[in-house]
Amino acid sequence: MGSLFRSEEVCLAQLFLQSASAYSCISELGERGLLEFRDLNPKVSPFQRRFVGEVRRCEEMEKTFTFLQQELRAAGRLPAPCPESPRAPAAREALRVQEQSEQLAQELREVSRSRSSLRDRLRDLRQHLHAPLGSPPRPRALSEREPILDPSLHHHLDRKINFVAGVIHPWRVTAFERLLWRACRGYLVASFVEMPEPMEDPATGESITWVIFLISYWGEQIGQKIRKISNCFHCQVYGYPESEASRTEAITRLHGQIQELSVTLEETEKYLAEVLDKVAQVLPTWRVQVQKMKAIYLVLNQCSFDVTKKCLIAEVWCPVRDLTQVQDALRQGSVSGSCFVQRVPTTESPPTLIRTNKFTAGFQSIVDAYGVASYQEVNPAPYAIITFPFIFAIMFGDVGHGLLMFLFALWMVLYEDSPRLRQGTNEIWLTFFEGRYLILLMGAFSIYTGFIYNECFSKATAIFPSAWSVATMANHSSWSSAYLATHPSLTLDPNVTGVFQGPYPFGIDPIWSLATNHLNFLNSFKMKMSVVLGIVHMGFGVMLGVFNHVHFQQRHRLVLEFLPEMIFLLALFGYLVFLIFYKWIKFSAADSRVAPSILIHFIDMFLFTSNAENLPLYPGQVPVQMVLVVLALASVPVLLLGTPLYQWCRQRAPRTVRPRPLAAGEQEPLLEGQEAGNSVNATTEDVESGGHSPDHDFAEIFMHQAIHTIEYCLGCVSNTASYLRLWALSLAHAQLSEVLWSMVMRNGFVGLSYVGGVVLVPVFAAFAVLTVAILLVMEGLSAFLHALRLHWVEFQNKFYVGAGYKLCPFAFAPDTWE
Amino acid sequence: MTAHSFALPLVLCSAFWGLVGIAAPWFVPKGPNRGVIITMLVTTAVCCYLFWLIAILAQANPLFGPQLKNETIWGGRFLWE
Repeated sequence: MGSLFRSEEVCLAQLFLQSASAYSCISELGERGLLEFRDLNPKVSPFQRRFVGEVRRCEEMEKTFTFLQQELRAAGRLPAPCPESPRAPAAREALRVQEQSEQLAQELREVSRSRSSLRDRLRDLRQHLHAPLGSPPRPRALSEREPILDPSLHHHLDRKINFVAGVIHPWRVTAFERLLWRACRGYLVASFVEMPEPMEDPATGESITWVIFLISYWGEQIGQKIRKISNCFHCQVYGYPESEASRTEAITRLHGQIQELSVTLEETEKYLAEVLDKVAQVLPTWRVQVQKMKAIYLVLNQCSFDVTKKCLIAEVWCPVRDLTQVQDALRQGSVSGSCFVQRVPTTESPPTLIRTNKFTAGFQSIVDAYGVASYQEVNPAPYAIITFPFIFAIMFGDVGHGLLMFLFALWMVLYEDSPRLRQGTNEIWLTFFEGRYLILLMGAFSIYTGFIYNECFSKATAIFPSAWSVATMANHSSWSSAYLATHPSLTLDPNVTGVFQGPYPFGIDPIWSLATNHLNFLNSFKMKMSVVLGIVHMGFGVMLGVFNHVHFQQRHRLVLEFLPEMIFLLALFGYLVFLIFYKWIKFSAADSRVAPSILIHFIDMFLFTSNAENLPLYPGQVPVQMVLVVLALASVPVLLLGTPLYQWCRQRAPRTVRPRPLAAGEQEPLLEGQEAGNSVNATTEDVESGGHSPDHDFAEIFMHQAIHTIEYCLGCVSNTASYLRLWALSLAHAQLSEVLWSMVMRNGFVGLSYVGGVVLVPVFAAFAVLTVAILLVMEGLSAFLHALRLHWVEFQNKFYVGAGYKLCPFAFAPDTWE
Repeated sequence: MTAHSFALPLVLCSAFWGLVGIAAPWFVPKGPNRGVIITMLVTTAVCCYLFWLIAILAQANPLFGPQLKNETIWGGRFLWE
């Protein structure tokens, strides 16, 4: 079978790399992603490794790239997406990248700095411009109030009037005014006017309408005080030219300066844009290249340096199938074809490699979530592809809900290549998307089980006409309308000829959905179905163990473990399945009064008693049952002592007796190093390693086998009962559906007028929302969880150890930027 | 109301799932996924056939009949003929 059946063969190999071509060889191997490198210098700290300088250089480059990325983001640009994955650069190219990136970063810093200083200056000039422009006009009309402002009155006073103009933050105006008044005691006149347009505040960056003030004063000391106060309040102060002409001259000069500055600023911005464009183009490629380079040096740090041969030695786990590809890669990467790979025998347990495609990956991941398969043991995933959705569907069976689930998964599968679906960041959505094939199969099987349960949004469909004839029963028992009026419920009797006319050909008869005692029938049906399917599932699990015993050359376990296990399971629970089927076939309505109870028979079988009122199912039942119980009980000591005794005998006999252990010994070293918590089956090989005291090993083996026996026997009973959750959940789902229908949707059909039709719309909306939220999401997750539990515990503890670890090949991860 | 035979559905369903589980695996094209597809076909056939079989056997010889409300009996008697 394909590689999904068990792990591929993985071997330990050594790579011999010449120092000159080591980098390119590892780069080649990284592109192909085949090998897992082992760390040969575990005790060396990261700062003492060989290539620590190179790694540091890569990290510096990454720092520069981060700065460039921030600048790009601040300017609101996105870097161009990387077209295809560039290879790791050679040493010379790396140097060039480093130089270029540093140069670009330097340029960017300089240009940004000059741009911000130009901007500051521009803003200053603009403020300055507004001061004389927007300053309050000479208040000629208020000359009686402020006579001092009139320059024509200058010569009347022997003091010179000075002016101070400036700009102040609007919130500080009142405080400023008050302080001026208190400090200068009325020897000044101040007027404030708002600026016509808002401008940027250099400190906070928000745009504020500044207030321009014009203070006229006389006296030098007043002037100094005013300047000090203005300094305190952080306002910009400008000189105020006296005459109209000098004012206009100042204004034109400022205009000119602003114009020049704007032109310069524009040029700077254009240059900055060019630099940013260049950065945006090359940055993604550089980032990928440097990341690859760093990864390669980290791998090279794990190799050991052989001084005598002047080469690097790397130890790798390599799938045997890919050895030729590795050789190819080494030949391509090395200059003179001097690098080669050599397989090395080992006693350690290799990692597990199971190749999956996009369909099987989902199922393999739910198996791996419990435990990665031990090296070369049977993988439960190919069977779980079908049994998991099937067991889910037993608990979820409803045509309508299954159809909705199927359509949702179909949409995800058909559009799986669309980038919008693939690049979602919501974790819950990603979980659903990863499991789209899982959900597809779950929906498909739910439709099938929904047809068998005859439930479609909790309503039964009569695809075939029902097998129960009400009319015949009514005629037979003369149920007139008057009789019916006085009897609220009546039972159809299958003993009457013509009432029951044969089993419904596909699924459950639709009449049961109309019956008030439908749970009596359905419970019995579903419980028996759960037990039958559970025992079949568990029996299948025990049979899968055969593949393990054969592959690991432990044929003694076929007779000493598999056989007693199967006998125990079949003698007790296989017999129960037989009883169920026998009663279904042999007993009909004619003997319904005396029909035996399987449960009582089963209990009596174990207790070796009998119940007089419980008739036997078939003649000779009691002796048959006694034989089966004795057989099952006899298989327990075989299971308990068989394998330990066999190994003890083999160890006691001299080693030259049989060549068989030697042939087996070649395969076994791969298992020896394996010590895991629950690998009760795999530690039996410890005896072969020699050097251990046999008594100590025997005690350990015996204890392991005792635990396994108890676990298996008790597990058979409890796991069979555990499968009854199939019944429980399907009952819960059916009841929830019914409640939703009868209490929500049916109320929409009550009104038969046009108004009733309008009322139906919100009622249906509520029904739809509750169906999706409760029945699809909640019940779906619940059934998923229970199906998972049944697989992980009840099915897998019959054969699966799950103590391995995955092969993580050294490969360059796809870009995951931002 | 209508007589259903037991043999006909048994033969048809067994034939159908037998086709899926026993005959179809021979026609799966060679490729890396051949083993997985065959496993899937056989498992599906076994599971679905067993489930259907349990459903039909459980109803083949009913020990008791459905208990209906009088309204249902009245409707079923006259409308379901």
